[in-house]
Amino acid sequence: MWQFFHKLGSPKWFFGIATRLMPWLLAGGVLLLMAGIVWGLAFAPKDYLQGNSYRIIFIHVPTAFIAQSIYIMMAVAAVVTLVWRMKLADVFVKAVAPVGLVLTFLALFTGAVWGKPTWGTWWIWDARLTSMLILLFLYGGVIALDRAINDEKSAARAVAILVLVGVVNIPIIKYSVEWWNTLHQPATFKLTEKPSMPADMWVPLLLSVLGLYLLFGWLACLRMQTEILFREQRTRWVKDYVMAGRG
Amino acid sequence: MAFDSFSAFLVMEGHGPYVWACYGVFFVLMIAMMVWSVHRRKAAIESCRRGYEFQADRSEQQAARGSAASFTRVNVSQD
Repeated sequence: MWQFFHKLGSPKWFFGIATRLMPWLLAGGVLLLMAGIVWGLAFAPKDYLQGNSYRIIFIHVPTAFIAQSIYIMMAVAAVVTLVWRMKLADVFVKAVAPVGLVLTFLALFTGAVWGKPTWGTWWIWDARLTSMLILLFLYGGVIALDRAINDEKSAARAVAILVLVGVVNIPIIKYSVEWWNTLHQPATFKLTEKPSMPADMWVPLLLSVLGLYLLFGWLACLRMQTEILFREQRTRWVKDYVMAGRG
Repeated sequence: MAFDSFSAFLVMEGHGPYVWACYGVFFVLMIAMMVWSVHRRKAAIESCRRGYEFQADRSEQQAARGSAASFTRVNVSQD
């Protein structure tokens, strides 16, 4: 167990594992996402209440769901950074924050466009929407803070603390649809209950969520490798890797 | 198939513009982020490589200069 933990902290070991995983993550992610989207767009039945506009759900739910889980993963990595000073945890936070920013933006954008035909408005200061907007600002803040501090170690600590402070927003997003009387509809999936929609709707949704998860995994590996190359460029193994790739 | 024809699929009973705008923005941003990330990794490798080559050149030059200096005889008068 402890050996595994130490290995996990080794950038060189991670780099090798990531290289082997990435083709599978990319292929699986694209395949599942496309299957979910094509099924959802063309084959799933129309919603009896919202008509065809509900087909936005097949990208809205995956982006919103993964945007939040990226933040939770970043918070776990922030704890690891602060307690064990593991380099790789900080590399993870740095590498995935921009991905989280883009996915949060996509969730807000698709939500706004879905809101227009369904609620009659693009935006409203509803609890769910506002807390998602705060998540967008948190991602922006993490990226900005990291860029503002030159020293790698102080940047890692400052960013980890900011991430941990912001994590309070995650349960607010999750329960906002239950605590407050909001315009936003309640959660589509619950772990404890059977989905209330027919299988023709929730199976493609599940496929696109899984697909986007795998794509995020690919992006995370790729971007962490980039960060590792920059940080470890004085080491022997990076030099060997870079020079071998040329010949 | 939930639609009778391809044009019905595009129009989506009037909701077409909303649905297609969402999917359009989603694909553009996702593909842009993926391409950008691949490009960044390539740029990182390239910048490392240039750094190593620069170092190698410098140490070669230094070695050349160093050896030239070591073979210079200094004639000190013995008188």
